[in-house]
Amino acid sequence: MTDRKIVIPGEVIVKGNDFLPGEGTERNGEEIVALRYGLAEESNKLVKIIPLSGPYLPRRGNVVIGKVENITFNGWVLDIGTAETTFLSLTEVPRYVNKDGLDEVMDFGDMAVAKIWTINKRGIDLTIKGRGLGKIDEGIIVKINPNKVPRIIGKEGSMIKMIKDETNCNITVGQNGLIWIKGDKVEDELFAKRAINFVSDKSFISGLTEEVQKWFEKESKGEKNNGS
Amino acid sequence: MAAKTFKRKDGRKPEEFRKPISAKVGIIPNADGSAMWQSGKTIAIAAVYGPKELHPRNQRDPAAGILRCNYNMLSFSVTDRIRPGPSRRSTEISKIMEWALEPVLLIDKFQSMVIDVHVNIIQADAGTRCAAINAAAMALAHAGIPMKSLVSSIAAGKLDKTVVLDLDKYEDSEFEEGEGSTDIPMTFTPDGKLTHIQIDGKISKEQLKQAIELAKNAAKEIYEVQKKALKEANKK
Repeated sequence: MTDRKIVIPGEVIVKGNDFLPGEGTERNGEEIVALRYGLAEESNKLVKIIPLSGPYLPRRGNVVIGKVENITFNGWVLDIGTAETTFLSLTEVPRYVNKDGLDEVMDFGDMAVAKIWTINKRGIDLTIKGRGLGKIDEGIIVKINPNKVPRIIGKEGSMIKMIKDETNCNITVGQNGLIWIKGDKVEDELFAKRAINFVSDKSFISGLTEEVQKWFEKESKGEKNNGS
Repeated sequence: MAAKTFKRKDGRKPEEFRKPISAKVGIIPNADGSAMWQSGKTIAIAAVYGPKELHPRNQRDPAAGILRCNYNMLSFSVTDRIRPGPSRRSTEISKIMEWALEPVLLIDKFQSMVIDVHVNIIQADAGTRCAAINAAAMALAHAGIPMKSLVSSIAAGKLDKTVVLDLDKYEDSEFEEGEGSTDIPMTFTPDGKLTHIQIDGKISKEQLKQAIELAKNAAKEIYEVQKKALKEANKK
């Protein structure tokens, strides 16, 4: 069973030796103490903190969306909204690239879906080898608060699946808060954008999935009326 | 004791702090974390940005993150307009804030990065550095910066021969009866450890101990207000 409450730094979350301290927590004798502000969640005796605010903190394996900031002789520097410099190496691109024509593959200002490969002292290394990764050619990009990304995705992807089905769009959610929407019609894309903004505005409600279901029913009716 | 006969101008008891005390979190949507602290007529707002890249590069610390505070009093915060921009006093208080907050921050892993804290005093009636530290601590927590605990700041002092809590503008700068006034701003962690103390004026060793005890107890109440504000930030 999961139990959630808001904790502040220094607050004791649980007492007892049978709990394990997870992310954002620390063991202090008998107690598990919070080291940051957020929602404390306890499941299977593991206590961790889910962030509620603050900037995006990169993790290995995260899928992110970034913008080309600079082109070097062996790769691209992308902006994914973190303090660390983020580099996409030539060797992590699954096609032949002419060393003199890096800008032909991705030019300044181009956006790409990439995965965080490693995080080290020098910065973050990305890769675009993999399904669904690569340069973004068309569609629209929506920016939301990175802390609300889990609500957009929903439990086991339920929320994002519903938005995809209702709007007939292909949606890629970057963990850094950028969302790529690609549909057949611009109207569909804008509809998906409205849905995403609705979810991010109402993210604090419990029973959000039902609320969004209702919103879709209302909106699709309105659309039909406008059409006729 | 002299405390019984001594009367403060605003009618407070010696161990009473200014009312209202209020705190609010998340007041600046653009910032990564933000907070407001009000203590009587003094109001401070704090915004936290970061961790982010530090420029210029030569100031970077490859071993740990850096906290950079910026204290500023707005020109309309006092009755006589103050000249806007950095001054000797604001530079000093910025540094004091860094020293008061650094002991609780766990920013070692933000190597070569900086966390910016901007505090603006929108209304000043003495005790602005305490209000600034209180707001900054809440804003840092709200920004999700790892920290051991919050810090709570409060001033104690001495008016003539009486130890009092939380001096206001009149008591701090105009009170001249008998021995005059002494202002001692302090910052405490929730378990009662000091992270910052300053003394402006004269005080005996015994009375200093009394003042610290008085402030320590008051800091607990401040901490509860900060805690409540952070917990209620996401309820709408």
